[in-house]
Amino acid sequence: MSTPFDYTLASARDALRARKISARELTEAHLSAIERLDGTLNSFITTTPESALKAADAADATLAKGEGGELCGLPLGIKDLFCTNGTRTTAASNILRDFVPPYESTVTSNLLRDGAVFLGKLNLDEFAMGSGNLNSAFGPAINPWKRNGSDEKLVPGGSSGGSAAAVAAGLVLGATGTDTGGSIRQPAAYTGIAGIKPTYGRCSRFGTIAFASSLDQAGPMARNLQDCAILLRSMAGFDQRDSTSVDTPVPNYEAALNRGVKGLRVGIPKEYHADGMPAEIEALWQQGINWLREAGAEIKEVSLPHTKYGLPTYYIAALAEASSNLARYDGLRFGARVKADSLDAMYEASRAAGFGEEVKRRILLGTHVLSSGYYDAYYLRAQKVRTLIQQDFLKAYEDVDVLLTPTAPSSAFALNEKPSDPVQMYLNDVFTVPASMAGVPALSVPAGLDGQGLPLGLQLIGKFFDEETLIAAGHVLEQAASFTHRPTIHAGNPA
Amino acid sequence: MSLDAKTVLRTARLARIGLAPAEVEALQKDMGSIIDWVEQLNELDVTDVPPMIGTGLAKPRLREDRITDGERPDDVLSNAPDREGPYFTVPKVVE
Amino acid sequence: MSTVITGNTGDWEIVVGLEVHAQVISQAKLFSGASATYGGEPNTHVSLVDAGFPGMLPVLNAECVAQAVRTGLGLNAEINLFSRFDRKNYFYADLPTGYQISQFAHPIVGKGVVVVDLPDGSTREIGVTRLHLEQDAGKSIHDQDPTRSFIDLNRAGVALMEIVSEPDIRCPEEAGAYLRKLRQILRYIGTCDGNMEEGSMRADVNVSVRRPGEEGFRTRCEIKNVNSIRYVMQSIEVEARRQVEIWENGGEVDQETRLFDHIRLETRSLRSKEDAHDYRYFPDPDLLPLEIEQSWVDELKAALPELPEDKRARLEKEYGISRYESGVLTAEQAVADFYETVAKGADARLATNWILGDFFGALNRTGRTIEDSPVSAEGLRELLGLISDSTINGKIAKEVLEDMVETGDSASAIVERKGLRQVTDTGAIEAAINAILAANADKVEQYKSGKDKLFGFFVGQSMKAMKGKANPAMVNDVLRKLLDA
Ligand SMILES: [Mg+2]
Ligand SMILES: [Zn+2]
Repeated sequence: MSTPFDYTLASARDALRARKISARELTEAHLSAIERLDGTLNSFITTTPESALKAADAADATLAKGEGGELCGLPLGIKDLFCTNGTRTTAASNILRDFVPPYESTVTSNLLRDGAVFLGKLNLDEFAMGSGNLNSAFGPAINPWKRNGSDEKLVPGGSSGGSAAAVAAGLVLGATGTDTGGSIRQPAAYTGIAGIKPTYGRCSRFGTIAFASSLDQAGPMARNLQDCAILLRSMAGFDQRDSTSVDTPVPNYEAALNRGVKGLRVGIPKEYHADGMPAEIEALWQQGINWLREAGAEIKEVSLPHTKYGLPTYYIAALAEASSNLARYDGLRFGARVKADSLDAMYEASRAAGFGEEVKRRILLGTHVLSSGYYDAYYLRAQKVRTLIQQDFLKAYEDVDVLLTPTAPSSAFALNEKPSDPVQMYLNDVFTVPASMAGVPALSVPAGLDGQGLPLGLQLIGKFFDEETLIAAGHVLEQAASFTHRPTIHAGNPA
Repeated sequence: MSLDAKTVLRTARLARIGLAPAEVEALQKDMGSIIDWVEQLNELDVTDVPPMIGTGLAKPRLREDRITDGERPDDVLSNAPDREGPYFTVPKVVE
Repeated sequence: MSTVITGNTGDWEIVVGLEVHAQVISQAKLFSGASATYGGEPNTHVSLVDAGFPGMLPVLNAECVAQAVRTGLGLNAEINLFSRFDRKNYFYADLPTGYQISQFAHPIVGKGVVVVDLPDGSTREIGVTRLHLEQDAGKSIHDQDPTRSFIDLNRAGVALMEIVSEPDIRCPEEAGAYLRKLRQILRYIGTCDGNMEEGSMRADVNVSVRRPGEEGFRTRCEIKNVNSIRYVMQSIEVEARRQVEIWENGGEVDQETRLFDHIRLETRSLRSKEDAHDYRYFPDPDLLPLEIEQSWVDELKAALPELPEDKRARLEKEYGISRYESGVLTAEQAVADFYETVAKGADARLATNWILGDFFGALNRTGRTIEDSPVSAEGLRELLGLISDSTINGKIAKEVLEDMVETGDSASAIVERKGLRQVTDTGAIEAAINAILAANADKVEQYKSGKDKLFGFFVGQSMKAMKGKANPAMVNDVLRKLLDA
């Protein structure tokens, strides 16, 4: 090991236990990397160096006794959508700019229980609404990758853009993300890291700021699937405080890593051959198919006939829920208030000033599709189409065990290439949204670079609660791809 | 198709979001185009399809009737942008 | 019974439906673990779930569901094994999340019926459309500051049952009788304390009018949050008259929400129309549909206490009391229990008369309720036993009861202390009566010459001479023997 930044989460865990490095050293190294690089990346909204060092020292004391949880002493970043007790939690919104929750989300409690060291809160699209981390009240997070020969700033994807950028640049060993329509997988693909969106109900939503309740799922983002597996085991679990949490045992995901894919039936959904998809992505997809076949998997074409309806259905369902979930930000009990003479004027001014453009647009759309006269035409119809989309998956799983698709229809785009038409922007999520709609688990692994030198990801979609098979198949892809490229901006690069 | 200004304003009123005139115009266009786009769902016959309510994975669970929370006014009030003693405040509501 | 309003152009019939919000008796709130207790320091019975903090999630309280089912059973209503919670979206200062969790499309209880007793002794069936569970809102306080209203969330999230009646009510008296009956049923089952002052029962009153015999209904107005039975009755009266006037003047009644002003005895429009609500109901994605088992419903049903109607019928049969008496004695469960404790071990007629008469009188005089009665049911039963076994007579018993109320001593102790045992010694009674007759020879003459009424005089004098302790029947017998001989 030449620098602390050559560790993966798993190897750092082992080094800590072997006392080859202390938690304090590891934490200090990462904190100084943040200091050095995050002025450029803007991946953190809030850093917590003092509490991190305290936690690291505590971890060292525990490790010295030969004790400590799975994550003891490992520095992580937390998407600023998870409420953290005593640490400002903003959802990247002005309306929560000064919000300090007096409680801890279940997911972050679980990580703390296992000894993790939190370095701070990571940037995201405001209220997790976006695909480029361009909708943050704290400015965009920047992708540490650059196109060959260009210094153009690229987006890290969204909404977990800060998480993706920080992991990719080596500022943290792993991060939490949340995925509502692709917000873990798409940024993972854009930044050359791995990310898992577990089955809906696998990770508790308690204490995580809601975007769309029926879709939101927390998941891990890290340099590889082994690291994701370690994190997921800690994050996941049944929680009495979330009525949609599912009471089923959490397996040791890491143990599934080397299961292989012999005899695994892999479905290739024909509808994912989207018009205008770059040839490089088609080629990478084919490469992924070949890798899995060579490793012993059986490849089958399957049909998910309602794929094209995934995005419009998603936007109706998610925005309807969001319009209601975000009603609590009214400047009354917490959050920013704009003074006014009447209650309604206070609401209107506070929400006008507190929410960014995209959040307002989505709240208004969500309000519109639920409003009288439109409910049946939009919301109810979308929920019915959602049933059809879920049935597509369940039917496909009669013949196959996992599905393989590209994660996103392109590599990362530049900040100034943001489409002015919101619909064009939404198309970034075209491959990730259907799995979210169905509630099934999915992951993204880095599989190669495009012609411009930017990472591309492959997506695996699995059966309910079968994250283990996804991890096993994903690991086969990882090994075959042997993706060892590093971004231009990385903590381990010479200064 | 662009949404009419009245609909945008009515929706903004329901959502309690104040809009500047320029925002109304932009929203007419943006909301209009998104709504046009979602209209493609009308291609599908969903007559006998039940709406999806939840993902059908979790089992309904009920909580015991015990007092396990509350009595934490400092937490409840700690983030209040304006308060008076133990109360939150709002501009006077005339009934 | 139905009241007709006679207008200038003819008669009008009143049509009323009531939506009653009844606070569920439970320890904790509907979706959080905070206390559901009334009152408390502001913002103390509040969890972060109730205050709508980011990331907070609702989890349904099993007992609140059970209470709704029990109430449904008490209303002879269908229990829906599948129900669901929806969000009703609107902004208000005391609604922390910006939506109320309620059951809009699929309530837990469907159609039922309430039998009400009317003042003229007749009964009527009022249909119940549905009962659903929902959250209460917090409280806004408007009179503490010139420019601000204060918000207390103690009540936010407390479980309410909204019980919606059919538009079957035809006059203020029926509305009053319906509310009293509903409250009685809820209190019997123990699902709501029915305390209207503390707001644990409030009514929204839907009023319209129409011509007698007219098909369908005309536009109705909803009078919100009326918090006493008297005000409900008054508000129906004044609102119906207002509407009749509008129709008779060729106008149209606007469908709107109104407020009852009990001082000026009028209803006032509450919200302007431009602010018309659009609640955007949709299923709450934080909660799963509620599915309950028929076997659980059956268990709850088996454990239900006797309902007022059943109790009445049984008391009438077992204790031979009248319909009127059973009504009074079952108005409150505690009264009925008290009555039965007394009547079971005593002469039922005596028990009925004493409870309805002297005992209620004593409660009234001392300002006590049955729950903190100065005389226990067992104590009263002992007293009545002393009458039945001729230890004391009825007149002395009244004196003993008064002593019991004052001192808390038992009836027999008082009888012994005051030496009130009835005299049943014939010789002693004859001696006392002979002395009276001798001292009133003139009256004896008059009696014998036909002035029968004087018999009462001799009884009174004899009892007085024996300090009231003589057995009245024996005094009668001895007097007859001596006077009519
Ligand atoms: Mg109502
Ligand atoms: Zn209600």
